[in-house]
Amino acid sequence: MTTPANQAGPSLRTLASDWSSDKDTFKEVPWGKTMMWIFLLSDTFIFSCFLIAYMTVRMTTTEPWPLSSEVFALTIAGHHIPLLLIAIMTFILITSSGTMALAVNFGYRRDKNKTAVLMLITALLGASFVGMQAFEWSKLIIEEGVRPWGNPMGAPQFGSVFFMITGFHGLHVSIGVIYLLTVAVKVWKGDYQRKGNYEIVEITGLYWHFVDLVWVFIFAFFYLW
Amino acid sequence: MAYAEDAERETLHHPKSFWTKYVWSQDHKVIAIQYSLTAIFAGLVALVLSALMRMQIGFPGALEFIDQNAYYQFMTMHGMIMVIYLLTALFLGGFGNYLIPLMCGARDMVFPFLNMLSYWFYLLSVIILMSSFFVPGGPTGAGWTLYPPQSISAGTPGTEWGIVLMMISLAVFIVAATMGGLNYVTTVLQARTHGMSLFRLPLTVWGIFIATVLALLAFPALFVSAIMLLFDKLLGTSFFMPAMVSMGQTLDYNGGSPILFQHLFWFFGHPEVYIVALPAFGLVSDLISTHARKPIFGYKMMVWAIVAIGVLSFVVWAHHMYVSGMNPYFGFFFATTTLVIAVPTALKVYNWVLTLFRGDIHLTVPMLFALAFILTFLNGGLTGLFLGNVAVDLPLSDTYFVVAHFHMVMGVAPILVVFGSIYHWYPKITGRMLNDTIGRLHFWITFIGTYTIYFPMHYLGFLGMPRRYYAYEDYDFIPQSAHDLNSFITVVALIVGVSQLLFLFNLFYSYFKGKPAGGNPWKATSLEWLTPQTPPAHGNWGEKLPVVHRWAYDYSVPGVAEDYVPQTVPESEAPIHDKGI
Repeated sequence: MTTPANQAGPSLRTLASDWSSDKDTFKEVPWGKTMMWIFLLSDTFIFSCFLIAYMTVRMTTTEPWPLSSEVFALTIAGHHIPLLLIAIMTFILITSSGTMALAVNFGYRRDKNKTAVLMLITALLGASFVGMQAFEWSKLIIEEGVRPWGNPMGAPQFGSVFFMITGFHGLHVSIGVIYLLTVAVKVWKGDYQRKGNYEIVEITGLYWHFVDLVWVFIFAFFYLW
Repeated sequence: MAYAEDAERETLHHPKSFWTKYVWSQDHKVIAIQYSLTAIFAGLVALVLSALMRMQIGFPGALEFIDQNAYYQFMTMHGMIMVIYLLTALFLGGFGNYLIPLMCGARDMVFPFLNMLSYWFYLLSVIILMSSFFVPGGPTGAGWTLYPPQSISAGTPGTEWGIVLMMISLAVFIVAATMGGLNYVTTVLQARTHGMSLFRLPLTVWGIFIATVLALLAFPALFVSAIMLLFDKLLGTSFFMPAMVSMGQTLDYNGGSPILFQHLFWFFGHPEVYIVALPAFGLVSDLISTHARKPIFGYKMMVWAIVAIGVLSFVVWAHHMYVSGMNPYFGFFFATTTLVIAVPTALKVYNWVLTLFRGDIHLTVPMLFALAFILTFLNGGLTGLFLGNVAVDLPLSDTYFVVAHFHMVMGVAPILVVFGSIYHWYPKITGRMLNDTIGRLHFWITFIGTYTIYFPMHYLGFLGMPRRYYAYEDYDFIPQSAHDLNSFITVVALIVGVSQLLFLFNLFYSYFKGKPAGGNPWKATSLEWLTPQTPPAHGNWGEKLPVVHRWAYDYSVPGVAEDYVPQTVPESEAPIHDKGI
């Protein structure tokens, strides 16, 4: 029982009446998926506020901003390679988005085992990302002497922003890994096979891709700038 | 369990024990009542605090325990509790929870468990906030805006524990509001019953829906600023703290931006005004239409006005910061957007008045409160036009004119709607009417009282009486008449404060002794009045979901014997007023 669209109305009016028609605004979209999208929109605002705050303090601080390509360089076999670890981390996270997309694909094909294995691989990649981040943090804290309230290289806000933003993102990744493992186990046990409904895999995927996308922005604005 | 049809097919899981039914309940109606009672409790605490503040302003030194620190702590907690823990929680958690599923024709919120968690997180945030009264140093006295550097620097009361607890409490509240908000938005979008298009929803749902969207997008800014301020306080970071000398000592901070906090805070803070106002707009529209027995005037315009106000509320925040100093072009931009909001807002006021025009007005208690709301909101809105202009704002900023303005527009006006709505929906919630005589007494004392309190404050503001001062003696520019007026305001404020006991008494008395209400005492059209049981049972609708055939405002349809046609009556039995809906 849809609202009759105004016959003479332009497309905007038709759009409004389509969206406002009864029962559900987004047709055939499950509740969980709608809710995840709205949550991610809200979360986008959190990360945007963090990033804008970072840009603001970077402009207001009176001391020079440390050169991130130098701070995050690794010396391997005598070679000094800037941003090496971050490059690897970024590669891993983007790869995990690929495996997640495959998992969603196999979920819709009702392929229980492949879905579970791909989600497990995604979780493992995510966990290794968090592990490398832990390595990066400890290197910065122990070897370089970076603290939330100050560092030997320059503006104290460098460390504050670094720990706050990567910490908040790392928390998201860690929660995502737990989320992935929980769903993967349920996939493995065949819970969704019985229901004939793998939507939850896609919802998990939405969250995971979001966390990945946020990292791209953090990478661009914090490490490359 | 994805769609409304599936929800209908699924057998409802009925809770059995007392604990799962009334305490760890997942029923939206029980959660709504839990939210409301907690919010009203918090509001009473804030009311007492305001009475204590008024005592100090009206009769300085009369109460010896109110020293400077206590005064600032009372002021801060009064503001924060009233805005966030009373109004936001009551409108979204209370009215939103109760009315959204009923008005949409859903059996419950889409994720009842998350909804339950939302309440318990809210309760936790209230407990954390209240606990700050009992820690060393007391609650924070930074003013509800919590501007750094002063909010975390020595000399401000509550910098030991109070500010930390405030920040943690706010963060927990935001988690609660997000869990609830996701539920409300998804329920409105995806769980409506057969025939219930968005444009057949009562305006109450529209107001709460858009307010919830604002909450989901605005609270992140507060969340981020709370975390950063906590880090500045606890870890010694310098996000908001510039290099400064405090009490003769150079602090360890440098390079932070206090203005950044103001931007983040008001990016949350201004939409927050509309998070409180939009539900009030929605609720009052339904009160006016029902008690004037007329369709709401310009329904679609009302909806689009709510949407437009919601969008605009995100681009006006810096009008709270004119005195912080800004580029004149920014001032121009924010003054313009601020004044543009007056257009959809005025449209709503006109439409309320036009709904009343030649209506069959029943001066019931809810209607009295609704009429009082229109007047009060109009008054508060008009002073907003003064304050929205940079040049006029500068001399008036931080005077009692501002206090009068925001108390009228976002304090008293929404509270009047809260009262009106409670008188209106109490019969559905409990099955009994609230006592009419006590209700009328409560209304007149509150209505006349609030005007007597806040009208003189405009004048005090023009005299230049600054807000947020502990003592006003010995200033040449404040004449004796202002002091007399302050004593007068205090006396009235105490009377109005105490008279709220009438309302509380009415709530408890009528629960046991009130007149039985029946299912639809106001002869209203919207779905919540058409439940098979009153109060509605778990699952709301019995065996089958209702089917909706018309909008929520078919009052006084020509050619129909009754002066209202419920939303479930098909067109074959009664003509539809407005077919475009």
